[in-house]
Amino acid sequence: MTGRAQSTTSGVSGVSTRKVFSVLRGNPTWLLALLLFVVFSFASPHFLTAYNLGNIVAQSALIGFLAVGLTPILVSGNIDLSVGSVLGLTACLVIGLQGQLGLPIAILVVLGAGAGLGLVNGLIVEKIGINSFIVTLAGMIGVRGLAFLYAGDTSLASPDFTLHDIGAYSVGPFSVISLFFLGSVAVFQWVMKRTLHGRNTYAIGGNRTAAVDAGVPVQRHVIINFILCGLMAAVAGIAIASDLGAATPSYGKDYELWAVIAVVLGGTSLRGGKGDLLGTLAAVIALSILRNGLNLVGVSPFFVPVIMGSALILVLLFDRLSSNRSHTAE
Amino acid sequence: MMERLMRIEIGRFAVVAILILALVIAALFLPRLLSSNNVLQVLRQASIPGVIAIGVTFVVISGRLDLSVGSMLSLCSVVLITVHESVSPVAGILAALAVGLAAGGVNGILVGYLGLNSLITTLGMLSLLQGIALVYTGGQNALIAAPSEAWFSVFGRGFLSGIPVPVIVLFVLGTVMSLLLTRTVFGRRVFAVGANPVAARHSAVPVRSVIFTAYLISGLMTACAAILLSSRVMAARLDSGSGYELTVLAGIILGGTSLLGGSGGIWRAIFGIVVLAFIQNALLLMGLPYYIQWLVTWTVIIGAVSADVIGKRGKVFAS
Repeated sequence: MTGRAQSTTSGVSGVSTRKVFSVLRGNPTWLLALLLFVVFSFASPHFLTAYNLGNIVAQSALIGFLAVGLTPILVSGNIDLSVGSVLGLTACLVIGLQGQLGLPIAILVVLGAGAGLGLVNGLIVEKIGINSFIVTLAGMIGVRGLAFLYAGDTSLASPDFTLHDIGAYSVGPFSVISLFFLGSVAVFQWVMKRTLHGRNTYAIGGNRTAAVDAGVPVQRHVIINFILCGLMAAVAGIAIASDLGAATPSYGKDYELWAVIAVVLGGTSLRGGKGDLLGTLAAVIALSILRNGLNLVGVSPFFVPVIMGSALILVLLFDRLSSNRSHTAE
Repeated sequence: MMERLMRIEIGRFAVVAILILALVIAALFLPRLLSSNNVLQVLRQASIPGVIAIGVTFVVISGRLDLSVGSMLSLCSVVLITVHESVSPVAGILAALAVGLAAGGVNGILVGYLGLNSLITTLGMLSLLQGIALVYTGGQNALIAAPSEAWFSVFGRGFLSGIPVPVIVLFVLGTVMSLLLTRTVFGRRVFAVGANPVAARHSAVPVRSVIFTAYLISGLMTACAAILLSSRVMAARLDSGSGYELTVLAGIILGGTSLLGGSGGIWRAIFGIVVLAFIQNALLLMGLPYYIQWLVTWTVIIGAVSADVIGKRGKVFAS
């Protein structure tokens, strides 16, 4: 309905409007983000400022990196619950190693560590054949142990502020970290929609047996997705370390929960085969607007987990009612 | 056929044997580990996740998951302690049981009747219930003002002829619920729903209400665990249950209950929890920092499930 109104008012850019509308119709999460945006713009005078909008993107980046890495995993019908712990470990590693190795090498080592942990998860899931839920649930406990083992029971601070200064640099209202986040969305969207790896990931999630029969190297694609997910968790770890200039081994606790909420809210089906990065971006932004807006209008932060949990369950309900009317409870 | 059956059992048996062997070796170097005092101490600690595991086992056998028990434990505990202080101990216990049943009922409606994915639904409930605990208490921890005068401490701190009350509670609840699971029509239906929901439906098994009831039991058991926990501490931290959902699942997996549903048992789950508790205790007795136990839990779970999977397949790597 809104689309018809839009296309009559902006006939010149009709094609692009239709495109925008098709994105909206394909994914109601953008409508949710838009609705929240409008509501909070009226509710608080501090909401609609360039500074605050930059803030919203910056606040969404940390969960966003994790959600970007998780999207292909969920599309292929798996899950990775270890990303919050990987974030904690890599944040500690980058702070601890930059004094010893210098920042560039420290970052490479930390990215390698994230990718390596993803490889371990992927190998256990595919080569041994254990449900990814069990593997990454155990990994979530174990990698947290690694973080504490490395850092001890304390927080690490760095005498060198280079990493912090890079993170604090901004272009217009957007911080460097925000730009990295938006860039990672673009790259992953391209990988999922335009490469063989992406298409095969959808095929595996849609019908794994059929993908195997069609000669798709299923194991390799799933393992690559776990590696990419670990890599993005390491990026998130570096980002949080850069943001705060310090790290404690408990960083990222419960973040896997928010990341899964964002990916599912963004329209990626848990049954696999469906979803993309634009949906994930919309959900990450919507959740960030919600957090930021509630804070600005003075709602107690205690309500945030209540609202997040309810939002997740409502999304599942909506998904159930709209796409699967004929199915009853299994 | 026989060979295949043996292979399945060998995989599972090997893990349990290795763990028990490791504990025996540890006991040789740490005489304190198997002293009756320490054993009772470990069993008392294991009784809280053990009681929760009894309930979660019903859900897991029905082919679903319950990750909300951690926050549910926190919420039941803060409600129990605050009502204990403002009204009476009995009212506090009843309130905790009501909260557990209500939360379990919501899980049961969402997963059983509305058919939502249990992993994500109960993850959402994990967040929701933690939030309710925060809002309910206004961010304050709750405590009992005069713990030495309150009879309520009997559940967590009491002894009955030398055995801690929580251990007795675990044993009694385990026996009763094990009978419910193995000797009743409802119990057999739980297995049927988990093993093959379509076949179960065609056999006139009320699939939805079986799942709903499994979640109710999970909520009820979590409330019972909250009684033990808050009576032991005589206070309730806002996040006192945080992480219990992981301990419980780790124990259930280690005990050999399949997360795919259709198989498993109460005593297996309790066994898994107790073994994990002994491993953690041994590590602490060795003077290792507490986070080493997380690394060991990681290794043990992956090792146990790998042995199980490889034993069933008869080949090391999946093709």
